Amino acid sequence: MIEIDHLTKCYGPHTAVRDLTLQVEPGRIYGLLGPNGAGKSTTMNIMTGCLAATSGTVRIDGHDIFEEPAQAKALIGYLPELPPLYPEMTPAEYLDFVAQAKGVQRGERVGQIEKAMRTTRIDTVANRLIRDLSKGYRQRVGIAQALLGSPEVIILDEPTVGLDPQQIIEIRDLIRALGDSHTVILSSHILSEVRAVCDQIIIIAKGQLVASDTPENLERLFAGGGTLELTVRADEQRAKKILSGVPGVGAVKVAGHKQGGLLQLELETTSAQDPSEGVFFACADARMPILGMGMHRASLEEVFIELTSTDQPGEEGMPS
Amino acid sequence: MTAIYKRELRAGFTGMANYVFIAFLLVFAGLYTMLYNLNGGYPNFEYVLQSMSIIFLIAIPILTMRAIAEERRQHTDQLLYSLPIGMTRVVLGKYLAILTVVAVPCLIMAVYPLLLSAFGTVTFATAYGALIGFFLLSAALSAIGLLVSAMTENQAVAAGLCFVVMMLLYFMNDLSSFVADTALASLAALMIAVLIVAGLVKLFTKNTAAAVLVAVAGCGALIVGWIFASDSYAGLFDRVMSSLSVFERFYTFIDGVFDLTAVLYFLSVIGVSLFLTVQTMEKRRWS
Repeated sequence: MIEIDHLTKCYGPHTAVRDLTLQVEPGRIYGLLGPNGAGKSTTMNIMTGCLAATSGTVRIDGHDIFEEPAQAKALIGYLPELPPLYPEMTPAEYLDFVAQAKGVQRGERVGQIEKAMRTTRIDTVANRLIRDLSKGYRQRVGIAQALLGSPEVIILDEPTVGLDPQQIIEIRDLIRALGDSHTVILSSHILSEVRAVCDQIIIIAKGQLVASDTPENLERLFAGGGTLELTVRADEQRAKKILSGVPGVGAVKVAGHKQGGLLQLELETTSAQDPSEGVFFACADARMPILGMGMHRASLEEVFIELTSTDQPGEEGMPS
Repeated sequence: MTAIYKRELRAGFTGMANYVFIAFLLVFAGLYTMLYNLNGGYPNFEYVLQSMSIIFLIAIPILTMRAIAEERRQHTDQLLYSLPIGMTRVVLGKYLAILTVVAVPCLIMAVYPLLLSAFGTVTFATAYGALIGFFLLSAALSAIGLLVSAMTENQAVAAGLCFVVMMLLYFMNDLSSFVADTALASLAALMIAVLIVAGLVKLFTKNTAAAVLVAVAGCGALIVGWIFASDSYAGLFDRVMSSLSVFERFYTFIDGVFDLTAVLYFLSVIGVSLFLTVQTMEKRRWS
C-alpha cells in the first residue's frame, strides 16, 4: 500500500529522518511511535506530500507522491498535528469545502459528508461555528475531513493530543472502527495508546527505524523471556545448584539476603514457557520452602525506553 | 479551484476586509466625483479615477493581507498542500476571489458617468477606458499584494510590507527624478537597481550562483551599452523607471489613450506575481 524507500530529510545541518525504509500493508492499523522530535511528523508530512524529501521516495499504491501527486494524494486522508480548520466556518460548510476541493463529485458529496459526520459523531454540532467548538470536536472535524474523498489510507498525526480521557477513549474507538475499512497510520509518543489501538508498531528514534512488529512480538522479543523472582529459605550454594537444574531456567542470580536466612533470587528463563511449576516441585523435593514467587516480564514501556534511548539501534530494520 | 474560490470569497465577506475595501474605494469615488464633477464642473470622470489611485496604498494591503498569511497562521495551509489539486489552482482560486471583490466597486463606479451624463456631456469612451485601466491597475496591484501575503506568516506584517511595496510603486517615478539627468548618474542608478534585483534573487532562491549571474549579466550589459552608446544613458534611469511604474502606466488611460501595451504590461505583472506566489508556496515544501 505504502512503500517508503530510503527516505532522508534534512533541515539544514539537522537530519530529521535518516534512511527510513518501511512498508505498510493494506487493512491494518499502524502506530508510529517515538519520543518527541524523533521524526514522526516529518515522516507523515512527507508521506502526504506536504513536505519534500531530501532523498528517497514514497509510493502510495505505486504512485510516487512527488511525480504523480494527484493520484497519490487522492488515496490519502490526512489529519496534521494541528487540525487545519477554518474557525469562521461551520463543520458542515467546512466539510463541503474540503469535499469539493478534493474533487468529490456533486452527487456523492452530500452522502459522503453525512457519512463522515456520522462516523465521527459531529452531526450534532454541524451548524455551529468551528471557532466555538471544544478541542475534542475540532479534532473530530479534522478526522471527518480526512475521511472525505474515500481515501484508502488515513494518516493521523497525534490524534489524541490535548484531549480529556473520555475524549481519548472515544477517538480510540473511532480509530479502531476506521481500521475495519481503511489502512490507518497514527503517530503518538504515548505507548499505551498505540498498544491499545494498533496491530503493528513502528518505533522510530532520532529519525531512524528501530523496530516494526506487532505489540506482542515486540514484548516477547525484547523482554528476553522475562525473569522469575523467587524468595526461598535456603543457603546460596544449594539453592543455586538445585534451581539451575530445572528445565527452562538459565542463569541464577542472587538479588539479596533477607533476615531469617531468606534468599532472594532472580532466575532468567530461557524458553517461552513459564518454568514456575518446575521450580516449585524442585524446591519442594529439596524441602526448600518458597516464600514468594513472581514472574516479571519487561513491559512494552521498558522495550520502548531501551530501544529509543540507546545510540545504536538494537535491531535495525527488523522485518515486519 | 472553484472550491477555493468560493471559500475565499465567503471568508472575505464574513470578516471586515472586503467590506472595508469596497467601502473605502466608494467613499473616495464619491468624494472626488463631488469635488471634480459636481462642484468643479469637469465632465471628465477619469480625473476622479486618477486622484483615487493613491487610495490603493491602503486599500490593497487591506484586501490581500490575509489571503495566504492567514492560512499559514491557522495551519490550514497543510490542508492545501495535501489536496490532490496543485498549488497553481489554489493560488488562482484565491486570486479570482480577490479579483471579484475588486470588480464590485469598479462596477458600481461604472454607473457614475451615466449619472453625470444627466447633467452635461460626458465622453463615455475616455471615462470607461479609464475605468478599465483602473480595474487592470487594481488587478495588478492585488496580484502583487497576494505575493507579499504568501511571503509572510502574519497578516499585520503582510499588510505593512504590502503598504511599503505599494508606496514604492506609487512614488517610484517621483523618486527616480531625484537622480541627476547625466549619463553617469543613470549608469550608477541602474547598476544599483541591478544589484538590488540580484539581492532579491539571493533572498528568495537562496541560490548564490543565480544571484551572481544576475548581477554580472546585468552590470555587464550596462557596461557594454555604456562603451558603445554612453550618450543614450542621459535620463535613461528616469525613462526605465517610468516605463516600469504600474501607476505611470495607468495614467496613460487617464489621458484618454487606451494603451494596449499597458494592458499587456498589467497582464504580465499579474502573471509574474501569481507565478512567484505559486513558487513561494511550493518552496515552503522544500524548506
